[in-house]
Amino acid sequence: MKSGKDFLSDQEVRWCPGCGDYSVLKQFTEVLALIDADPANTVVVSGIGCASRLPYYVNAYGIHSLHGRAPAVATGIKLANPTLDVWLITGDGDALSIGGNHLIHALRRNVGVPILLFNNEIYGLTKGQYSPTSRAGAISKSTPLGSVDHPINPQTLALGAGATFLARSMDRHPAHLREMMTRAKAHGGSALVEIYQNCNVFHDGAFEPFTDKKTQSDHAIFLEHGQPITFGVDQDKALWLDGQTVRIVSTMERPLSECWIHDETDPMKAYALARMTGELRPFGVLYREDRPVFEIEVHAAHAQTRSLEEVLALGRTWTVT
Amino acid sequence: MSKTLSHLVVLIAGDSGDGVQLLGSQLIRAAAQSGQDVRTLSDFPAEIRAPQGTVSGVSGFQFQMASEAIFDPGDAADVLVAFNVAGWIKHQSKLKEGGLLLASTDGFDARSKAIAGLPAEAEPLQDAHSRFQVLEVDFKKLTAEALKDTPLSGKEKSRAKNMTILGLLTWLYSQSVTAMEADLKRQFSGDLGEANLRAFQAGYHLGETAEWTAYRREVPQRQAQPGTYKTLSGSQAIALGLAAAARQLGRQVLYAGYPITPASDILHELARLRPEGVLPFQAEDEIASITAALGASFAGSLGATASSGPGISLKGEGLGLAVMMELPLVVINVQRGGPSTGLPTKMEQSDLFQAMYGRHGEAPLPIMAIKRTGEAMHDLVMAAKIAVESMTPVIVLSDAYIANSAEPFRIPELVSLPTITAPQADVDRLPYARDEYGVRPWIIPGTSEGMHRIGGLETEVETGNISYDASNHQTMVQQRAAKVQSVTRFYGPLNAEVGESSGDLLVIGWGSTYGALRTAVEALRSDGHAVTHLHLKHLVPLHPDLFPFMEGFHQVVVVEMNEGQLVQVLRSQTQRELAFVGKTSGQPFGALEVQQRLAQHLSES
Repeated sequence: MKSGKDFLSDQEVRWCPGCGDYSVLKQFTEVLALIDADPANTVVVSGIGCASRLPYYVNAYGIHSLHGRAPAVATGIKLANPTLDVWLITGDGDALSIGGNHLIHALRRNVGVPILLFNNEIYGLTKGQYSPTSRAGAISKSTPLGSVDHPINPQTLALGAGATFLARSMDRHPAHLREMMTRAKAHGGSALVEIYQNCNVFHDGAFEPFTDKKTQSDHAIFLEHGQPITFGVDQDKALWLDGQTVRIVSTMERPLSECWIHDETDPMKAYALARMTGELRPFGVLYREDRPVFEIEVHAAHAQTRSLEEVLALGRTWTVT
Repeated sequence: MSKTLSHLVVLIAGDSGDGVQLLGSQLIRAAAQSGQDVRTLSDFPAEIRAPQGTVSGVSGFQFQMASEAIFDPGDAADVLVAFNVAGWIKHQSKLKEGGLLLASTDGFDARSKAIAGLPAEAEPLQDAHSRFQVLEVDFKKLTAEALKDTPLSGKEKSRAKNMTILGLLTWLYSQSVTAMEADLKRQFSGDLGEANLRAFQAGYHLGETAEWTAYRREVPQRQAQPGTYKTLSGSQAIALGLAAAARQLGRQVLYAGYPITPASDILHELARLRPEGVLPFQAEDEIASITAALGASFAGSLGATASSGPGISLKGEGLGLAVMMELPLVVINVQRGGPSTGLPTKMEQSDLFQAMYGRHGEAPLPIMAIKRTGEAMHDLVMAAKIAVESMTPVIVLSDAYIANSAEPFRIPELVSLPTITAPQADVDRLPYARDEYGVRPWIIPGTSEGMHRIGGLETEVETGNISYDASNHQTMVQQRAAKVQSVTRFYGPLNAEVGESSGDLLVIGWGSTYGALRTAVEALRSDGHAVTHLHLKHLVPLHPDLFPFMEGFHQVVVVEMNEGQLVQVLRSQTQRELAFVGKTSGQPFGALEVQQRLAQHLSES
């Protein structure tokens, strides 16, 4: 039986002490052990940014590619060899700003790649500019008076792009993060896992209400398929769909059977969950659907080929003797 | 009896929706099959349906057919076929004095004149009679009569006008009517096929009925090399080259493209032909197409992509990454007029500097140029060989002229294609351990115990791990450059196209100017001048014998379709004086034009 350590390369890990990336790397290598991944058949692809250094630390094949381009690199790898286990590592700037185009096309094509998106709402490697997920008013090196940008929502973006799997987790909940990674891999197609990841140097505590044990129960909802959506210290609060309006109700006052039962396959409800960007946010699998995987479809569509001799003989030919 | 000629140049001009290119392609296929050598030149507007009847919307197709080997589409036309007055206005200066104008009079009416910007009282055809032979036919009416019993709509009938003209040209230029009919039947079926055939026959019979025998011309057959032939455009030949590369390598080629004129035809051909071993993929943008190709190369396929100047600009970062990761990659640039969107359908050779220098950092890579359609297939296999056997991206320069220019192509014996051997993927070797030519192993995912990580950060000598060490960077910069320099081992001897190894004038060209240069140099030589034509296939690194070869000549002139790019590259490497002949009008050099400009250099010496 392999352990997570078997999936660590011999390279020194060089993230800042206390960075949330350490936890993600640890859970990632443990998941590789858990699913009994073959290091020789595993490829970890990343773009540019703090998160994108991760492939260097994993005992597998890896490409640390260009800023934003990892989804396209991963698509090429999958087209070349659909049997490889390819993972994509990216961050909020990498995936949602410079690489936004590649991300949406990988998602809508349903390329068979789990996408681990480290969201820390800041550009870390370039030392602290606001990112596309930074909240309006964010004070950063490039916005000393506060950002006026409306942030992008990775979940609604992915739904809009036609993604077949979207989930959210966090660096400080290892078991949940491992579960989301495992499910993303098992999905088979493009599987976006947004990971709330703390940048303790440039944006410390960005997600604290959701990740701190003291406040988590009132701010983080952990979704389970087929179960009522509840939260609170004693799971005493629930979501209730009043028509199309999401309301918070007390489980003392309303029977659980009447509350919102989470259905991972319902795109309308997934959109409602994805839109929850305030004090209360959902974690877990927001949405999934089964759709043929891109690289398999491409190869099937090109199964009928012609030999070079046949190709050369096509059309109008004539012979000179 | 038809009059016999050794060379005939025909220029067909009409609206961009008139089917001029189709008509021309039909004719040249027939001519090639009947044993004449042919070369073509297409010239069309960037708009799909440019404003109808305007001079700017004219689509032109010129071809030369000859009873001997030729290399260019000819200069002045013996025959100009004008679908409309706009076509006549645009191209009348290209018709030889005394040449034949075949005018479709329905396109010369008052309305057509007004759209083409002529005053109502203008009588272009009457004026033409004084300088040219003129045949006037209302092809629209003739076509409508021929098709009156068919179920086609009036609009569809008028679109068969090109077939009627094809019929008459087939008769005028003594092509086989049975071969032409068979070719039409192969391509068109149903009501449309029947209508095309009838329109074609109406045009063919017109010649006889009208007793135009005096205008008939026949170009005798030449003795071509035995073999099986077809006509191909440059982009079709490039697609075949990628298919041949997959075969020779024994691995998949992932061809990732993004729509752009004039490179898209390569993607279309691969998607249409479905050659074994080639997977075509239309990516979301130019950057994705090169990075997907690079990902495929990491995974053990050969990645390939093509674009034109604007797209190559976007691929610059991907090329840099390919240089850094030292993975094989074939990047084709079908050059067009630039900068920016520039002239999307016109030809230029102005992206050599971009290919050489269009990346940040010290990022050398091999650059090749295709000189003619007939060699493009072989060139692509060669580019793939260099890419794989030297683990490097390779840029292949084509252009809008080669992309669309057709010629008879002898289908090669596949055993004659270069072999391609992937570098050993011995897992005992470190990822950046180099062989005697500086080439690292290609260890692909799936290979047990071969796990390694590569990327855009500077790599440590041998291991490929990240290294910021100063002396390591110096070493790696030099190792990458030395590896590129060593690809000269794949080159054959430096042979002149025509001429001796010494003389008065050495003419150096590259890419699609080949035909015009060769024809011009041969003309100068037959006038008694000691001129030699050298055409460079490898632009980076240069052939090691190039500069010594120049020593045999009093003068060296570089001819290219730009404001002086190769000439500057050469000047930076030699003390000797190099003259330059250039052009950036979007139109290719004509042989006569080159001949005149070279003659000036000869008279000055």
